[in-house]
Amino acid sequence: MLTINQYVKASSLEEAYELNQKKSNVILGGMLWLKMQKRNVGTAIDLSGLGLDAIEETEEAYRIGAMVTLRHLELHGGLNALTQGAARESVRRIVGVQFRNMATVGGSVFGRYGFSDVLTFLMAAGAQVELYKAGRMPVETFAYLPYDRDILTHVIVPKRSMKAAYLSQRNTKTDFPVAACCVVQDMDAGGEIRCVIGARPMKAVCLRDERGILAEGITAGSAQAFGDYVTETVETGTNLRGSAQYRKIVAGVLAKRALLQIAGLEERA
Amino acid sequence: MQIQMTVNEKKIQADIAPDMLLIDFLRAHGCYSVKRGCETSNCGLCTVFMDDRPVLSCSLLAARADGHKVTTLEGLQEEAEGFGAFIADQGAEQCGFCNPGFMMNGIAMFRENPDPTDEEILEYLAGNLCRCSGYEGQLRGIRSYIEYKKQQADEKGGDA
Amino acid sequence: MPDQIPGSTYRYVNRPVRKKDAMALVTGKPVYMDDLTPHDCLVVKILHSPHAHALIEEINTDIAMKVPGIEAVFTYKDVPDKRFTMAGQTYPEPSPYDRLILDRRLRFVGDAVAIVAGESEKAVDRALRLIKVKYQVLEPVLDLHTAKDNPILVHPEENWKALCPVGADNKRNLCASAKDSKGDVDAVMADCDVVMENTYHTKADSQAMMETFRTYTYMDTYGRLHVISSTQIIFHVRRIVANALDIPKSKVRVTKYRIGGGFGAKQSCVTEVFPAFVTWKTGRAAKLIYTRQESQIAGSPRHEMEVRVKVGAMKDGTIRALDVYTLSNTGAYGEHGPTTVGLSGHKSIPLYNGNMEAYRFDYDVVYTNVQAAGAYRGYGATQGIFAVESMISELADRLSMDPVAIREKNMVRQGQTAMAYYNEKMTACALDRCMARAKELFGWDGKPLARDMGNGKIRAKGVAMAMQGSGISGVDVGSATLKLNDEGFYILSIGAADMGTGCDTTLAQVAAECLECDIDNITVYGADTDSSPYDSGSYASSTMYVTGKAVEKAAAQLKEHICAIAAGMLGCQADEVEFAADRVRRADGTGEVLLKDIATKSMSGNREPVQVTVTHSSPTSPPPVMVGMVELEVDRETGAVELLDYVAVVDCGTPMNPNLTRIQTEGGIAQGIGMALYEDITYSSRGRILQDSLMQYKIPSRLDVGRLRVEFESSYEESGPFGAKSIGEVVINTPSPAIAHAIFNATGVWHRELPITPEKILMGMRKK
Repeated sequence: MLTINQYVKASSLEEAYELNQKKSNVILGGMLWLKMQKRNVGTAIDLSGLGLDAIEETEEAYRIGAMVTLRHLELHGGLNALTQGAARESVRRIVGVQFRNMATVGGSVFGRYGFSDVLTFLMAAGAQVELYKAGRMPVETFAYLPYDRDILTHVIVPKRSMKAAYLSQRNTKTDFPVAACCVVQDMDAGGEIRCVIGARPMKAVCLRDERGILAEGITAGSAQAFGDYVTETVETGTNLRGSAQYRKIVAGVLAKRALLQIAGLEERA
Repeated sequence: MQIQMTVNEKKIQADIAPDMLLIDFLRAHGCYSVKRGCETSNCGLCTVFMDDRPVLSCSLLAARADGHKVTTLEGLQEEAEGFGAFIADQGAEQCGFCNPGFMMNGIAMFRENPDPTDEEILEYLAGNLCRCSGYEGQLRGIRSYIEYKKQQADEKGGDA
Repeated sequence: MPDQIPGSTYRYVNRPVRKKDAMALVTGKPVYMDDLTPHDCLVVKILHSPHAHALIEEINTDIAMKVPGIEAVFTYKDVPDKRFTMAGQTYPEPSPYDRLILDRRLRFVGDAVAIVAGESEKAVDRALRLIKVKYQVLEPVLDLHTAKDNPILVHPEENWKALCPVGADNKRNLCASAKDSKGDVDAVMADCDVVMENTYHTKADSQAMMETFRTYTYMDTYGRLHVISSTQIIFHVRRIVANALDIPKSKVRVTKYRIGGGFGAKQSCVTEVFPAFVTWKTGRAAKLIYTRQESQIAGSPRHEMEVRVKVGAMKDGTIRALDVYTLSNTGAYGEHGPTTVGLSGHKSIPLYNGNMEAYRFDYDVVYTNVQAAGAYRGYGATQGIFAVESMISELADRLSMDPVAIREKNMVRQGQTAMAYYNEKMTACALDRCMARAKELFGWDGKPLARDMGNGKIRAKGVAMAMQGSGISGVDVGSATLKLNDEGFYILSIGAADMGTGCDTTLAQVAAECLECDIDNITVYGADTDSSPYDSGSYASSTMYVTGKAVEKAAAQLKEHICAIAAGMLGCQADEVEFAADRVRRADGTGEVLLKDIATKSMSGNREPVQVTVTHSSPTSPPPVMVGMVELEVDRETGAVELLDYVAVVDCGTPMNPNLTRIQTEGGIAQGIGMALYEDITYSSRGRILQDSLMQYKIPSRLDVGRLRVEFESSYEESGPFGAKSIGEVVINTPSPAIAHAIFNATGVWHRELPITPEKILMGMRKK
């Protein structure tokens, strides 16, 4: 059972940061994951008064506040147009609307959960995080940093010309994924393919076309070959939802299908 | 700590523990429609509105609702009766324990999307578990409610 | 034409009446235990064992007792040393007396170590952490295969006892054991063209009703313990609580309000004894509400079973013999162990009664150190039917026969005497019509067993049949009290439990039909041991068939009393008047009195009772039957399954309320789908259940069930009220075998263990 001694709605990021330096204190995201833990929290720090619940659009990017909910992300026209609906696809199977009205982008990303669909999507989209002290860095870098007492304030999705597709395999429709895959072809980076596999069940990992399998373009054959490459390469683990071996196979299938989708060779569901 | 919130249009001031969950606050203030079915945010039974958006009151600190507007099924009796009658006419309410959360999210859905397709209904309400009905009767009830609302709107339109 | 429901002449029978409590439920009225009982009572919680098998060497509660607000902490030292069973069954219970409220020996991860009662949840939580226990950790028995005659005993205690001759032996880890057969199975098998044998395995699935287990207790005005609980079995709870506390039955009263789902879970006394003990000891009101986690690990789930089926058949598909052996895992305690297992054979083998020459059905029910099982919709039939129905589909495949044709050739039919069903005559059985209608509705003949859709998906079909019973023959008792009141309204009192199924309403439909009145003129009260007439409780698909008949009879008797008063008022003999809905008339047309005036008269200078109680029991248990057909698609690259269509055609006798029988069917199918495809219970190496929440134990969401299409092909059961049999349980039995069959047709692989997850499907295809 979670107990909380004190609740503070922070009036500034500095105040939140100061409070967060104490180990027993914690920043609240959507609180869905935190609530399930057996933990005694000293001070729960709420960022909801700091205007971090908006998605701002600039010429170069969408700047997503840490307190933006997954439901907000799901329904955001600009982000979904940019990613051909991959943003929506990455979150729509997470439990239910009520849950997604609470779970936050900041909480999902800062937690760097192995099962995270959002992290998988953002990593593929080439997003950056903005931390109160450490500043900006790619999600791909941040995902593997040790947990510290900094505060994630924003996630920035650059407006790059991209083709994206998100797919996941779940044992039931609203369960955690057995495997998730987001493939992005970044036209502004010379058509670079980023294939991120999530729910391995370890943290999402980004695979690139290091062997040049897709160098000649995405075809039925090259997509299959890349899928096989993913199966062969990706490191996976076993949990209640699936074995490491099954995950490798499914990751490869999802990667292949996502490639076919972005190439317009397979219909989106 | 002191909080103040508007529950079903009534202002409530209370002194609460910082870790009190909204569901417990609401039940302590007579909103017994709000039910708990799990501890893992999976069942949807505890759905209430905060500022008109459906949320899981089992996972929300009462402290976080300070200064906000909270609505439970007690505050939506007329809508619940109107919509609920169609569920009742299918016998799909069954044990009823999941009903309040289901009704709340159903009402939220109709406000967002008054004319949803079957797929949209299933997706919007996917976070509301029911162990009795097999869901089909709920879907039939929702469909006939939508038809009824449309008919009503047509009749009104005809009058004008 | 006894098979026809003369429905058109009925006002309430076979009519989709809205449930009496429906509007209260959809508008969220406070009608459940925790809504209606006071909150200024002791909060009760249980300290659960972290070990699968251990002895308490020392237990120190001193520090816990010092937590402000703690009223009491109880351990095994405080409770009566008198064993009882928590199974809600008619006395003498077939389930062994193997429990104490708290025991020094702990038998599964989740077993009760101590009871803590205090003023607030926080205080109780703190005290729970401060109880110091020194465990002597023992080697557990976790594998059901090695449990029988294992040197490690789950119940070595001398005061363990079995009240009934069920073949139980605690010194062998046996909760029950029996052998049953008719004819010479071995000789018939030897004479068959084809003999096949396989073993099927089902898990200890949870009912996962939305309202977890919960009980409130207090001492009433008369110094009696009043137990208000979410239970299907008020009268059994009275006996069990009295047994557990070792107090007279007269000291206990049990009441139920609305129940947030049961499915059999609440046919065991999962929580009742704990707050009851607290209240009895402290004199204070107490409440225990199990969390979802507790309901998952210390509840009363389905018995895990391994069912070995051997079938003997001829090349033309004639099934001549079935040989079934079931190994059932009752877990740490024997609740419903000796009885559930029986259904795995007695409600599966009779489906193939058509050409049956011999059968054998043997079983063992073993104790192990996992969560004790209980009653779950289907009650063993579900497990047995998965096995037998899968085997018949395997046989059809071997013989290259249409799986429907082989069933049509061998199925049980009306008028037959079912040899494996206690030689009961099938007085009303429309299984043949169910199959015919299902074929038509599903389009069975127009669809291949499987076809490649060309997009990586294989579409396939599967079929299964099922049966259940209608009450426990010769045992279950149903009663109804009907009373005439002011202005002519009636009160129907029952001891059966509406757990969402709608029996308050369907029984009122029977009463309204008989009394020729409006359904709103019948008020239903249930259930309370002090005021309700005796009823075994709502389980074993008994309520409509057994209690419904009692209502029908009670109405007839009440009418006689009403007529007698009317005759007095009209100055004639009772045989000169006739009951006519809202009045009683002289048969010769010379006078009449209104029912409301008879009601008034009944309260003034009257010696004729206007209240009757009728008790009913049936020597038979006519089976409801059904056919399920499923169409699904398997993704050959991932093993994912998409359900497309599920057709169910059911014969429950007369459907008393077609809306409610339909919802029962849809709900049962959805639960069965969960069981077939993903509901799983697995254990850590030390016996801890890993699926201990709705996050890990995945029940179907509305996106997971596909489309369900339900129809009824009704027979007319003369011994039931207006031809009714039962509906509640039979409906969960077809999904597992039908889905396993369709997956075989799609992939060429039989899955004989549930659930059949995408991983198992894909790996199965790859191994092939």
